[in-house]
Amino acid sequence: MVATAGSLEMRSVTKRYSVDGSPLVALDDVSLAVEPGEFLAIVGASGCGKSTILRLFAGLDAKHDGAVLHDGAPIVGPSLQRGLVFQEPRLFPWLPVERNVLAALRNSHLDAHARRSAVRDHIALVGLQGFERAYPHQLSGGMAQRVAIARGLVNRPDVLLLDEPLGALDALTRAHLQDELQRIWVRERTTMVLVTHDVDEAVYLADRVVVMSPRPGRIRDIVPVTLPRPRDRGDEALLRLRAHLLRTLAGTPQHAGLALHRAA
Amino acid sequence: MTATRQRRLDWRGLVPVVVLLAAWEAISRSGLTDTRIVPPLEGLVGLLGTEVAEKSLLGNLAASIVRDLSGFALGASLGVVGGILLGLSPLASALLRPSFDVFRQIALFAWIPLIAMWFGIGEASKIVFVALAAFTPTLINTVEGTRSASATLVEVGALLRYRRSQMLLAIYLPAALPSILTGVHLALIQSWLATIGAEYFMTAGPGIGTLIIEGRDRFQMGQTVLGMILIGAVGFLLNRIARAAENRLLRWRTA
Repeated sequence: MVATAGSLEMRSVTKRYSVDGSPLVALDDVSLAVEPGEFLAIVGASGCGKSTILRLFAGLDAKHDGAVLHDGAPIVGPSLQRGLVFQEPRLFPWLPVERNVLAALRNSHLDAHARRSAVRDHIALVGLQGFERAYPHQLSGGMAQRVAIARGLVNRPDVLLLDEPLGALDALTRAHLQDELQRIWVRERTTMVLVTHDVDEAVYLADRVVVMSPRPGRIRDIVPVTLPRPRDRGDEALLRLRAHLLRTLAGTPQHAGLALHRAA
Repeated sequence: MTATRQRRLDWRGLVPVVVLLAAWEAISRSGLTDTRIVPPLEGLVGLLGTEVAEKSLLGNLAASIVRDLSGFALGASLGVVGGILLGLSPLASALLRPSFDVFRQIALFAWIPLIAMWFGIGEASKIVFVALAAFTPTLINTVEGTRSASATLVEVGALLRYRRSQMLLAIYLPAALPSILTGVHLALIQSWLATIGAEYFMTAGPGIGTLIIEGRDRFQMGQTVLGMILIGAVGFLLNRIARAAENRLLRWRTA
């Protein structure tokens, strides 16, 4: 099946927050279109509004100027057609793994039998067979995040939004879960929007990388990554793209972390 | 809460009991004191036998426990329901919280004259008094627990399109459960204290409190001491049961 659903769009979106009474422009006239089935990554310094974009797409924040659309229809609130995975797994600590995934299906149209098999399939998809009965406090950070990804996918949404989901993990687990994400995306072809501060992760996974600059949050550049999958982290074309992205990012104001990266 | 579980009784805990009993027996037999004030232990054991066989010791005990649990159930359930309401509704909290904060400062025993006037000195007023004792700790802890539900998990509920009832049952209540159980546990202890207090101050009908007062009035210290030991033993058991229930219901917090 060719993906026909799962497009996202922002048209001239401006989002202002008030922080201790003083106004803060999180997004300034941002326009962005995500194709159905595309893997889009958004990178940028903290405060560039990249997480705000995800919250608007998720429908968690409805107050903004401009239009935010899912398959052409305005987004007015959360929908089971759009899953969101946070940086922290945010599991219910009182439920074991399988019931945490099942909790996402409370308002699904599936019957009880279909729910059970959906839960089983998605636990298998993230490789957690054998841990169905484990409680969140018994899981490692990487395993807990896999549960969160399974929960984000179990409703079979058109879109999966990922807000730095691997940011808190150690390098080895992160690389492993990046491969898992790539495998899941190739298999499911769900539209994915990944916010990350890790340029390597962005070029490794995405079809296009959006570079944002902070204060106010604006799109600075959009870089296509046309390399075929599965990708090789050491591929020269990938490394050239990475260098290009780092140069672009370093040109954005106040980005000490990435400047260090470039020096290394 | 620590993860300590008391699966088996640690017999070392009985050492002070044995020492105390030995001292008691020694003092009683030394002839230094009047045996009516410090009755010998074998007398106490004998008394236990006759109280059980001839008089209604078990009846008194059962009356107290039923009274305790009725008042506790009434007060604790009102406390949980009220606590959820105050925890979730800013309006209810704004309206009721200040009054409640004054109400809870009124010492429990100060209510007795009023309760006795309204409900008589029969069973009803004792149960109301016990319920009052159970209500306050349950309500306070339930409010606290309901408010402590993390905003990040509530956001997960919003993403999953949970309705209000689903939010309550699937997020607020389980998040509040540890606090609620702390409140219920406290309420169980308070109720038992209040049960004896009610019997002591509103002396009508059977009960352990009545037994103690009878002992005092008839100058039978043995009967009074027996009653006290029973109060302690029942309280100890209730506490054990509450702790076991807590550990079972909150298994997800410890490995």
